[in-house]
Parts: sequence; structure tokens; C-alpha cells
Amino acid sequence: MLLEVSHLTTEFRTRRGIVQAVRDVSFAIDRGEILALVGESGSGKSVTSLSIMGLLSSNGRISSGKILFNGEDLLTKSEHALRHIRGNNISMIFQEPMTSLNPIFTVGDQILESIRLHTKLSKKEAQEKMLHLLDLVGIPNPAKRVRDYPHQLSGGMRQRVMIAIAMACEPQLLIADEPTTALDVTIQAQILDLIYRMREQFNISVLLITHDLGVVAEAADRVAVMYCGRIVEEGKTADILSRPAHPYTLGLLRSIPRLDDNSQRLYMIPGMVPPPEEVPEYCAFADRCERATDKCREGLPPFIALKERNVRCINIISEEA
Amino acid sequence: MTDSAITLRKSSKWGDMWASICANKAALTSLIFILALVLTAVVIAISQALGFQILPYDPNVGDMDKAFIAPCAEHWFGTDQLGRDIFSRVLDGTKISLSVGVAAVSIALISGTLLGAIGGFFGGRLDNLIMRAMDVILSVPSILLAITFMAAMGRGLDKAVLAIGLVSIPEYARIARSCVMAVKANDYIQAARVTGDSNLRIILKHIVPNITSPIVVRATLGISSAVLDTAALGFLGLGVQPPFAEWGDMLARSRSFIFSAPYTLIFPGLAITITVLAFNLFGDGLRDALDPRSRRR
Amino acid sequence: MLLYFIKRLLMLIPVLFFVSVLVFLIMRVFSPDPATIVLGQHTTLEKAAAWREAMGLNEPIVVQYLDYMYNVLHGDFGVSYFTNTPVTTELLSRLPATIELSVIAIIIASVVGVFFGIISAVKKNSIIDNFTMTTALIGVSMPVFWLGMLLIILFSGYLHLVPSGGRIDTLMRPYGGTGFYFYDTLMAGDYEAFFNALQHAALPAVTLAGYSMAIITRMTRSSMLDVLHQDYIRTARAKGLSAKSVIFKHAFRNALLPVITVIGLQFGSLLSGAVLTETVFAWPGIGAYSVQCILRSDFPVIQGVVLIVAFVFVIMNLLVDLLYAALDPRVKYAQESA
Repeated sequence: MLLEVSHLTTEFRTRRGIVQAVRDVSFAIDRGEILALVGESGSGKSVTSLSIMGLLSSNGRISSGKILFNGEDLLTKSEHALRHIRGNNISMIFQEPMTSLNPIFTVGDQILESIRLHTKLSKKEAQEKMLHLLDLVGIPNPAKRVRDYPHQLSGGMRQRVMIAIAMACEPQLLIADEPTTALDVTIQAQILDLIYRMREQFNISVLLITHDLGVVAEAADRVAVMYCGRIVEEGKTADILSRPAHPYTLGLLRSIPRLDDNSQRLYMIPGMVPPPEEVPEYCAFADRCERATDKCREGLPPFIALKERNVRCINIISEEA
Repeated sequence: MTDSAITLRKSSKWGDMWASICANKAALTSLIFILALVLTAVVIAISQALGFQILPYDPNVGDMDKAFIAPCAEHWFGTDQLGRDIFSRVLDGTKISLSVGVAAVSIALISGTLLGAIGGFFGGRLDNLIMRAMDVILSVPSILLAITFMAAMGRGLDKAVLAIGLVSIPEYARIARSCVMAVKANDYIQAARVTGDSNLRIILKHIVPNITSPIVVRATLGISSAVLDTAALGFLGLGVQPPFAEWGDMLARSRSFIFSAPYTLIFPGLAITITVLAFNLFGDGLRDALDPRSRRR
Repeated sequence: MLLYFIKRLLMLIPVLFFVSVLVFLIMRVFSPDPATIVLGQHTTLEKAAAWREAMGLNEPIVVQYLDYMYNVLHGDFGVSYFTNTPVTTELLSRLPATIELSVIAIIIASVVGVFFGIISAVKKNSIIDNFTMTTALIGVSMPVFWLGMLLIILFSGYLHLVPSGGRIDTLMRPYGGTGFYFYDTLMAGDYEAFFNALQHAALPAVTLAGYSMAIITRMTRSSMLDVLHQDYIRTARAKGLSAKSVIFKHAFRNALLPVITVIGLQFGSLLSGAVLTETVFAWPGIGAYSVQCILRSDFPVIQGVVLIVAFVFVIMNLLVDLLYAALDPRVKYAQESA
């Protein structure tokens, strides 16, 4: 395993007291594997990724758990050691390519900065590498584009630049936090395709964070579904999308508009996601779940291992349903 | 229905504002201080109008035998070069500072808001003309322009009010104009137009409520700069004429005794600073309360 | 860029034109008859009429204005009512003192303000942040002239560290030269005089800088806080950059843009503050001089001062805009494509 997150709990100090955003989350990513972390906004998926990077805002802290990267616990490492890993072994791209690039530096400067930070390449070698990277991520006419500022590029091009920055030092793990959400549908597919190609070419692992099950279906090998800071179901993409076992996963799947569905209205999961300070100590989905019984409110359901998957539910949707 | 919805939103907005100010200790303290200051000024003014002295000593008449007494039990802030009680004069000075501040801000607020709103509402050449005029006023540093006005019109408190008011017109005009333009672009104004509401009705119903809060915030902060400017004009000898007590003028007269009797200039300066500070803190609190986006910056 | 500069320069002409009209109107229309001021209350009507005729005040107002502006454009601001010296001469002899003071003050205000603004933003809600912000708030609430007097009491009254007024000890005053004493004394190699001038300038410069320093500190802090929350700061951290490079390279260069605008605007309030500061410290510059002229209604001088200050102010604003365009790639391209 390249990355093993175990029992990660991350909390934030807020005006309403201490709030847990990630609760006892465990998952692992193998070399060359794409794992999708799926959930609605506020489910803790982005906080999970920032916890791995060690980039939580100053009011956040990891209160327990381990994050093993190549067998070493990142949480015990110094800030200095983490800086060496960030952008070098683990890199990250974000949702808003518009605002994720510094507006007053040229694209070239921002890529070069990453290369020069983690390698001992000479200026000339670094420049050659930069042009090569831009070519790799599919930016036409790289020699000209490096002198552009971010605002001169389209959203898709900016995300390609972000990927070039992320790939600058051939990382082992790429964390992609909603990489396609802010983009047009046609561009979305291109960017996903690019991430996929990077994986094939460099055998990197990808932690893909998204709320879009369409993206998951297209790119991920495995999926972990998060709800209210906890992972509720985890397994192979094909299994989970075709035969969801957790009622929440089923709800998510049913809320996707489908071309072959003739029913009048789109399905909506009843109720609302509880705010983080009101997440109960029993199954957080019980209050919105059509299958819930009193037993669901008695305590946190354990992970139940099915064939190649884990489900946190005592009322699993059976295979034949 | 829309009417009730708007009232509802409005009342909760002012309620929120009040709660937010109460939660902000600095703003609340400032508000209490400002109210106390206003009360002091009003009580002194009324008592003087009725012909009795509520202050410990007559602020304008001194006893030369008692000149330059350092602060003591009898004269808390000491006495000045003419033997006048500085404590009484500082208190008496609240009248002038507050009334000049409020009057100057009123002039600027009324004419500035009107000009800006008219420009923003009608647009076109009129708007262009008004805004260019504002640019011209803004291209001379404000206190210098105020001094120029006073140089031409002559000294005196009334002219100081006018000068300070005139130079701060552009601030209000700009705020009012941008607010009006923003409101005007909204769909519901277009709808009101289509349904045949008169301009006056649109202005009263939609525009006035929307420009109130930024203007109120600006006016509160505006009083603090008006108090500072009044003191500056007084210090330069352009404001109030003797023997009346004005903080800036008191400081100017204490200058000659800066080493021999420093207490003569400590207290009037402190009075200006604390008053200005109170209006600044309250204005900041008010802005945070009315515009949540600016909070915690 | 050059085209943009020329365009902006041309746009200044109408503003300056209207400023000159405004000032001219204030001085000639609203003001009382200068003849009685200059010749005294008890002058005869004939004398007053003759004086007005000699001063050209009997011409139609438009002719007076055109005459005045013609002369101004040729560097002639008229003659002081009181000293009969050309206004240009009077102002030129005092200009170096004011420029020297203002430049030192804006440097102090910018360096100190930006420094503490950054620290405050990075250490938000710490003791040093609270202390800085409280000081800055008091700084904007304090009258400049009172701050000056307090500093005089403390540093020259009690501590005897620096003189309480003037620009340099009379015996050390450099003769000839540019009028900029720091430059002149250094060029003459007279370090004792240089040090003396520095001592004299210390308090007035700090006083004049006070208000602007507070404004710049507050602006830098809020701009830095804004930028530190931006996504590209997270990107920079995700690259593995040190906190130092994130703050100074990625955050500060962006945060600087609005700060530069404020520093430029502060130059204007500095010129106003100079009027008060120079009066407190008996600094022989244009500010103190114009107060004297106002008190004795020497209109030609006041008119000249206001025009010059407005000119400097407007030019400063233009320079700030250009600097902004030079530092922010987005502005530059927006202009070119427009």
C-alpha cells in the first residue's frame, strides 16, 4: 500500500465549539490505483485530503489516527520533512483553476518554482523539463504559453497547468480535489482523461475527491462514500455503482438524472444533512433513511465486510433487491 | 405581500444590527460614551441658556491670580494661562466639537447624498457633470481645501462648519451614487417601472432603504473626521474666536507653555482623541453589524 | 503602456483646469475686498481704487482668470500682497523643506506600516496583532498637532534628545546648494551638520508619518488577510514552499497592490498634515508659511499653494495608478485590449 489512512479524526475550533469534520476514517490506496472519495459538500472529503497534505487551516487539528505514506506516519513528521514531501511525493490540484494559480506570476514561473524547489536541475534543464511537462499535459505551443499570466488562459488550460505543476516532480500520489467541478462538461472529460493518462504513464496513485458519481464511474478503480465525516461504504467502483449496499449510496445513485429513466421527477433523499455539530453518535443517515429501524439509533453500526467491500449499515440492501 | 416581506427583513436587519453591536464590547462602550458626551453637551447648553452654571467654574472667565495651577483636588485638570479651570473648559468644549461635527456631517450628508442619488438615478450628462465636480473637490487634499475656503470666507465657527461640510460632500455622493446604480439594476426596480410606479415612489420605497446603512456608517465615521478637522482649524486659529472653549484652540494657546505647563495641553488633546476614537470604534462596529461580509477583517 | 500613460496625462488637464477655476473663484469671488485687507481698514477710497487698478482687479473676472492662468503657465503665480516678492520665489525657497519632510515621513510610514501590517496579519489575534491594531486605531484618532506636542514634551522636554523646532542649527545651515539640507550637508561632507539636520527632522517626520503609518498598517493587514485566504496560497503551500516564501513571495506581492494605492493617497493627506506639523515644529516649509498667509489673507500665495499641491496630488495619483498597472498583469492587459 502506498497510502494507508487509519482512524483519522480531524476537528476544528469554531465559535460553536469543537466540531469534528472527519470521524474515524480509514482507507488505503495501492500503487497505481485511483480511489474516489465521494460525498456531498460538508461530508469531510476535502478535509480528509488537506489532513493528508498537512494543510489544515490554523483552527483545525488531527486529533487521532495515522496517515502512513510508504509506511511512514506523516503525522509524526516535522513541518520541514512534510515540506519535502509536499509537491514532491504527494501533490495536489484543486477545484478552482481560476483562483488556484497566483495571478501575478507567469505560468512558466509557477511551474519552474515547483521544479526548482524539489530538484537540483540547472535553470536550463528545469526550463526544458517545464516545456516537456506542458507538452505532456496537452498545452499547445508551450514555449509561448509559459510567458502568459493565468488570466490569459481558459479554465481547462489552467487546470492543465495545475496538473503540470503537480506532475513537476513525478509524485507517487496525486490528490485531485474536485478537479473538474468548475469546468465545462466537455472540458471535464478531457481533464479526467488527462489524469487517467498520467496514471497509466507514471503509475501514480490518485485520490480523487468528488461529489459527482459520473466522474467516479469514468475514472475510479475503487470508491469510498463519505457521509457526515464517516465512510459508509467502500469497494470496487463497478460493484458499488451497480449494486449499492448502503441506503445512502443508493440514494445518491437514484438522485442522478438518467436518460433511460422515464419517471417524472428526480429522486431526492428526504431531509437534510445535519450540521457537523449535530451529527449523532449513531448512524448519521438513520434520520433520513427509509430503511431505518429503532436499532439504527442505538449505536454506531460496525463495518460489515461483504465480498470485496465494507459497509457501515445494519440494514444492508441485499443483493437481490 | 412584498411590502410585508420587506418590512420583515428590515426589522430583523435592525434587530441583528443591535445584537451585533451589543456583542461588540468596544462598539457598545463607544456608544455609551458618545451618548454621555451628547448628554453633557446638551445639559451644559441648556443650563447656560437658563443662566446658571452647572460646571464647577465659569469656562470663559478666569482669575489671573490662579493661572497655571497644576491638576489638584480643586482644579482636576489644572488651570490655564488666564486662570480658567481646564476641566470646565474641556467639558464646555464638547458643545462646539459635537455641534460642529454633526452640523458639518449633516451638510455633507444631505447635499452629497442628494447629488449622488440624482446622478446615479438619472445618469447621463447630469451624472457626468456631478461626478466631475466631485473629482475636482477630491483632487485637493480635504483639509487644505477647507483652509482655502476659510481663508476666503474669513474665520469663525459657522464658516468652519461650512468648509468641513463642503469638502466631504464627494464621499457621500460616491456612496449614494453607487448604491442607487446597484439598486436600479435590480429586476424589481425594472418591474416597478413597468407597472408604472412614479420615480418618487421608486426612490422612497426602494432606494432610500437601501442606501441608509452605508450612509449611516459613513456619517458616523464622518463625525470623527469632522471633530479632528474642527480641532485642526481651531489649532490654526481659524475656528472659534476667544474666549469660547474649543479643544483645538485650547491646544494652540497652550503651545507657548508646552514645557512649563504641559498639563494645559494633555487634557484637551485627550478629549479630542477619545471622542474621535469613540466615533471610529462605533462606526466600525456599525459597519460590521450592517455588512457581515466586512466582519473580522 | 506609453499610450496609456499619455491618455491618462491628457485626462488630467480638465481636472486641473477646473481646480484652478474653483480656487480662483473661491479667492476672487467669495473673499472680501483684498484692498481693505492689504491697505488697512482706514485707507481712503481713492487709494483702494488705485490699488485695485494696479492689481488688475477691475478687469472682468474672466479676463482676470485668463491673465492669471497665462502667468501661472509661465511659472508666475503673482506677487505676495505683503512682501511684494513673487509668489514663485517665496514658494521655491520653502519647497525643499516640505519635500524633505514629506519624503522622510512617507518612507517611515510605508516601511513601518507594511512591516507591522504583515506581522499582524500573519499572527492574527495574537498579542502583537492586538497591540498593533490598538495602536493604529489610536493613531488615526489622534490629532497630528497633539501627537507632535506630546513628542516634543517627551523627547525634547524630558529626555533632551532632540530640539523642539526648526530645521537645523543656524550656524550649521548650508549656504547655497539645493535647499535639501540632507543632500547639501552630505555633499559638503559636513557630517556634524547632517546629523544635526537629522535630529531636527526626527520628531516632525515621525509626527507627520503617524496618521499615514496607522492607515497603511491597517490596510496592509486587511489586504494580507484577504490574500492569505486565497486558493493560490493553498497551492503554494501544497507545492512544499516554506512559510517564508509563501508569505513574502506569493502573498505579499499580491497584498501590496491595494497597499500601494493607499500609500499614494496618503501622500495627499501628508501634504495636508504638513500644514499642521510644520506649524507645531516651526519647520520652515510651505505648510507653516501658508498658515501665516491665511491668517493675513495673502490670497496670491494661498492660491499658488493650493494649485501646486493639487497638481502634485493629481500627479501622485497618476503615478500610483501606473505603478499598479506595472505590478498587476491583469490591469495592463485589460487596458491594452480596451
